[in-house]
Amino acid sequence: MTSRFLRNVFVKGLVLFLLINLVFVVINPVGLGRISLYNSVFPGRLRFPFGEDPAQSYNLSLFNLDAMFASHIIAAEPKPAGEYRVVVIGDSSTWGILLRPEQTLAGQLEQAGLKLCGKTVRVYNLGYPTISLTKDLMVLTYAMRYQPDLIIWPMTMEAFPLDSQLTSPIVANNAAIVDTLITRYQLPLDPRDPAFVHSSTWNQTLIGQRRSLADLFRLQMYGVLWSASGIDQSYPVDYEHAQTDLVSDVAYHGLQPPTLDESKLAFSIMEAGLRVAGKTPVLLVNEPILVSAGKNSALRYNYYYPRWAYDQWRQMMKQKAANQGWVYLDLWNLVSADQFTNSAIHMTPVGEALLTGRVEQTILQQSCP
Amino acid sequence: MTLAYILVFVVIAAILGVATRRGGRLPVLLVISALAVYALQPALPVRGLDFWLPTLTLGLTVLGWVLTTPRQQRIWRGNWPAVAILGGIVILLGLTRYLVFSLPLTASNPPQILLILVVLLIVAATGFLLWRFSKPGKLILSAAFVFVILIFVLLKVPALSEWTSQVLRGWNGQSTLLASPLDLRWLGFSYIAFRLLHTLRDRQSGRLPTVSLSEYVVYVIFFPALSAGPIDRIERFVGDLRRPLLITSDDYGEAGKRLVVGLFKKFVIADTLGLVALNATNAPQVRSAGWAWVLLYAYAFQIYFDFSGYTDIAIGLGRLLGIKLPENFRAPYLKPNLTQFWNNWHMTLTQWFRAYFFNPVTRSLRSGKKKFSIPSIVFITQMGTMVLIGLWHGVTWNFIAWGAWHGLGLFIHNRWSEWTKGRFAMLPIRWQKVLNVGGVVLTFHFVAIGWVFFALPSLSISGHFLQTLVGWR
Repeated sequence: MTSRFLRNVFVKGLVLFLLINLVFVVINPVGLGRISLYNSVFPGRLRFPFGEDPAQSYNLSLFNLDAMFASHIIAAEPKPAGEYRVVVIGDSSTWGILLRPEQTLAGQLEQAGLKLCGKTVRVYNLGYPTISLTKDLMVLTYAMRYQPDLIIWPMTMEAFPLDSQLTSPIVANNAAIVDTLITRYQLPLDPRDPAFVHSSTWNQTLIGQRRSLADLFRLQMYGVLWSASGIDQSYPVDYEHAQTDLVSDVAYHGLQPPTLDESKLAFSIMEAGLRVAGKTPVLLVNEPILVSAGKNSALRYNYYYPRWAYDQWRQMMKQKAANQGWVYLDLWNLVSADQFTNSAIHMTPVGEALLTGRVEQTILQQSCP
Repeated sequence: MTLAYILVFVVIAAILGVATRRGGRLPVLLVISALAVYALQPALPVRGLDFWLPTLTLGLTVLGWVLTTPRQQRIWRGNWPAVAILGGIVILLGLTRYLVFSLPLTASNPPQILLILVVLLIVAATGFLLWRFSKPGKLILSAAFVFVILIFVLLKVPALSEWTSQVLRGWNGQSTLLASPLDLRWLGFSYIAFRLLHTLRDRQSGRLPTVSLSEYVVYVIFFPALSAGPIDRIERFVGDLRRPLLITSDDYGEAGKRLVVGLFKKFVIADTLGLVALNATNAPQVRSAGWAWVLLYAYAFQIYFDFSGYTDIAIGLGRLLGIKLPENFRAPYLKPNLTQFWNNWHMTLTQWFRAYFFNPVTRSLRSGKKKFSIPSIVFITQMGTMVLIGLWHGVTWNFIAWGAWHGLGLFIHNRWSEWTKGRFAMLPIRWQKVLNVGGVVLTFHFVAIGWVFFALPSLSISGHFLQTLVGWR
């Protein structure tokens, strides 16, 4: 080996490195997430990838909707003729924090083995932990590609404040998708909001994309342990239970009693979701919350909600549902306080079963096309 | 070693390789290696221990040199600069405690300088007494040999490590309830101990060359090989050190290749496989035999790429400094039998055990008063060597089982080779190739099954996982 040879190797390596980065910016392979080993080498996941402790949960959070759907069992094959497809969107309660996939609302409905309109009901869990209607709208818009026959949309008031729509990292990191939704449905969000993470040219290079590419790769690798163990979440032996002794503060996202300002809530984003669904029936569910009996429970229901704000929001929902003919189930107090786990909206399998029972009754009342 | 440290070492090695062409390589290597002992030591929960363990490494190494050097060669004039450098480093690092900013040279804030000075004084006094009044006789060398092994046992027996941690925590006024065997993670001691034992034993047998204190210390704590070997022999290492430093473009090319290959093996292949490799958490969660094998294969390749990657990096760094460290792996998973596997897996460790345990014990059994049959000798030596290699990794039943598994395998292979000697030579070449491929597959799977004991922390978890592998669970 001569020094000239070594110099050439170095220079060529450097040029190739720069060239590959440049090509990566130019071709901008946004659809890379659609390439997935799930549903081919590995079985599809029963819920979206999400996890803060990958080494324990064999799962991780990423912001690539293509990759999330590609890893989900809903993308396994085109919808069979005999399937009545139900998708359940929503927050961490739908996704099933501390629940195994079969213990969630979607899981229990799936296990019920329902038949509807002469077809077998298949239920897909498309919930994603973080509370934001904009996030739900994003997921629903994508989910429509999979031709659902029914959409179940459990929600809670915390998803409505406009000031918290972009706090969900998956929303903030999908500025282009949200921008399209803002324009298309005239959403009351500012596309120039600093919470959005905009992609610079540097971020589009191979180096700039290294973290998201590594996440995509790791998601595929964790397919091995997902397949081997069926585990997609870590289940701590012990956890901190939802708060029942509450603060005396009655403000809600800066709003003060006695009147809840409707203009500060994202009803229009929910309505955009209903427009996205089009003719596909949507079952809106006000999901059960923990009703505390502890300190200051006369002022607040739980960690999230002062009573005055929550009561008024429920009234608004009820009024709108009646006026606009929505199929709406208000199940806010269906589940007793002892059936909640680490949050005022996360339930035990027993709590989920109660919810499932009520949702199931409503599903079976659906009229066939 | 983290990627950041490796990259820093590459830059340092490259600069040293050029800057010390006209001399001065040895003292600079001494300084860098001594600093690396501190820098690479992970932070420990026992207060001050992540400073004292590297200091103890340096102290033991210096005492090791004194004990293995004939009295007439212990010349102060030639060796005081090394003493000054090492003492100076300890004091200077101790003084960093009083800086307003922190340096990445010690894992946590060093102890009080007064305490450091007292400890240095004790080490210096011990060294001085040994220097003046000891000679490398059989008794003192044997005592030193046993002392190093005792430290080793203290670190590798979980119950003893925990007890030691309790004692140290008690001295520091820390909670003894939080004591754990992991509190005593002493960076590189497994390798340092083997180098010290090698020099003590070779001094006993009269094979050890006379080396200066600087040469001895650099050999023991040479920074590229500090955390993961290989275990070089001192006469070969010092030979390289004494040779004039001339780094050719071939050296740069070879070093670059080894570094790139090593980094790729370690940080791309091994770390990726590490996401799915067998471990104590996922072993009981696996639901089918097929996936259990996938996890086991992932572990088998992870451990190979991790370890051989580090070796490549060490060899590459050494090459930049004019030191040709020995190879440690030569495609071990492609060997057609277990004996060849062990001749090509962690080669410097097996060579060490061959030189200091297997060969002497074999000779002793053959020439002893009590006559042993050849198979008995083979069984005792193979089993003893492999169990000791197991214990080197940790004094637990699982490592003993791992060693015994390989000892038994080597014995069976030895008997099989004896029985088949000449029988397969008449087979057509094609059939011999088939047998060879079959041997590779069989050997790999034998080794892979052995990794179950190595990867998992207890015999019961290992047993359960083995049942899953064969579909009994």
